[in-house]
Amino acid sequence: MLEETGPEWLSEEVKTGTTIIAIEFNGGVVLGSDSRVSAGSSVVNRVMNKLSPLHDKIYCALSGSAADAQTIAEMVNYQLDVHSLEIDEDPQVRSAATLVRNISYKYKEELSAHLIVAGWDRKDKGQVFATLNGLLTRQPFAVGGSGSSYVYGFVDAEYRKGMNKEECQQFVVNTLSLAMNRDGSSGGVAYIVSIDEHGTEEKVILGNDLPTFFDQ
Amino acid sequence: MNRADPKETCCHNDVMTPSLQAVAGLLADARSLSEVAREEASSFRSNYGHDIPLKHLSDRVAMYVHAYTLYSAVRPFGCSFILGSYDKDDGPQLYMVDPSGISHGYWGCSIGKAKQAAKTEIEKLQMKEMTCREVVKEVAKIIYIVHDEVKDKAFELELSWVGEVTNGRHELVPKDVREEAEKYAKDSLEEEDDSDEDNM
Repeated sequence: MLEETGPEWLSEEVKTGTTIIAIEFNGGVVLGSDSRVSAGSSVVNRVMNKLSPLHDKIYCALSGSAADAQTIAEMVNYQLDVHSLEIDEDPQVRSAATLVRNISYKYKEELSAHLIVAGWDRKDKGQVFATLNGLLTRQPFAVGGSGSSYVYGFVDAEYRKGMNKEECQQFVVNTLSLAMNRDGSSGGVAYIVSIDEHGTEEKVILGNDLPTFFDQ
Repeated sequence: MNRADPKETCCHNDVMTPSLQAVAGLLADARSLSEVAREEASSFRSNYGHDIPLKHLSDRVAMYVHAYTLYSAVRPFGCSFILGSYDKDDGPQLYMVDPSGISHGYWGCSIGKAKQAAKTEIEKLQMKEMTCREVVKEVAKIIYIVHDEVKDKAFELELSWVGEVTNGRHELVPKDVREEAEKYAKDSLEEEDDSDEDNM
């Protein structure tokens, strides 16, 4: 008799397959993500918000292993809370990114997660940092997750410096929509977070409101 | 009189905001505390990716000094500590830590044997309206004024600065500026001597 091992998806690692993007504009940043969480070929959560707050004006976008990414985000959230109390002011985005990088690098062999950190601070305004595999680099925009491979061409061609907030939001939505169409591990709804000097704004764009392209 | 003895608190590393540090008191204690400040600045830089804000460094050093006032197994630090820095966003900053573990920010402060006399002189200055170069001269003058010819041994004036004039780096004051400051200081003293003679 064959042993019952249960359905495959119970033994597969849960990954946030994902498409994530963060982009800097004059005066702030916009982050975007899809909402699909997969375990192998099964979608275990179709509405997960992968944009996680690290502080009032600093968010991070999660990709890779769901557990690893969430844990890193929660740890850094805690560390930033303490840090901002100690220095008695809002933390810099660079501090948040460095904290994420320090964890990602130290446990690089055990973890499998890539967080994009983006936010606004008084000193350097809007900033986007990539922390893939334990590196730390500031970029005008960053994409990540399995869906990002399908949209590198699009973002490289369409990105322009000096976009305003609305143009950035549209750019993010377009990118997510294209990636979600092609990547099997990305889908669901699009979450957008815009951060600037005045505050943080979270938005959800439901499936049928996403922009459509030639094949839809 | 203990002279100002400037050292850099952080190692010669381009990424750290060099801050200026002056100490007065038991020099061995001061050196030990310097090392503590360096380590704090270094580990902050390592953890958070940017230079430590001076206020925070001052708080950390002050907490460390304060800890030594709590236990009978150790004696308090026998030195006071001045920390200064310049940043293009936050401007110039000056903090002082004393042996009790109190730390405050200042426009002007003095430590050492003649600190009270120096404090009186500092209060006459309007620092907010002066440039770095002007203040260097005044500082030299104050050191000369408070030096007691009878009681104190000969001293050597050491001047260093950090500010927009040095692009935020801590440097010894260049020779020409220092000589100008010393000349100004000595001339001011002579003027005062002259005015004393008139009263006879």
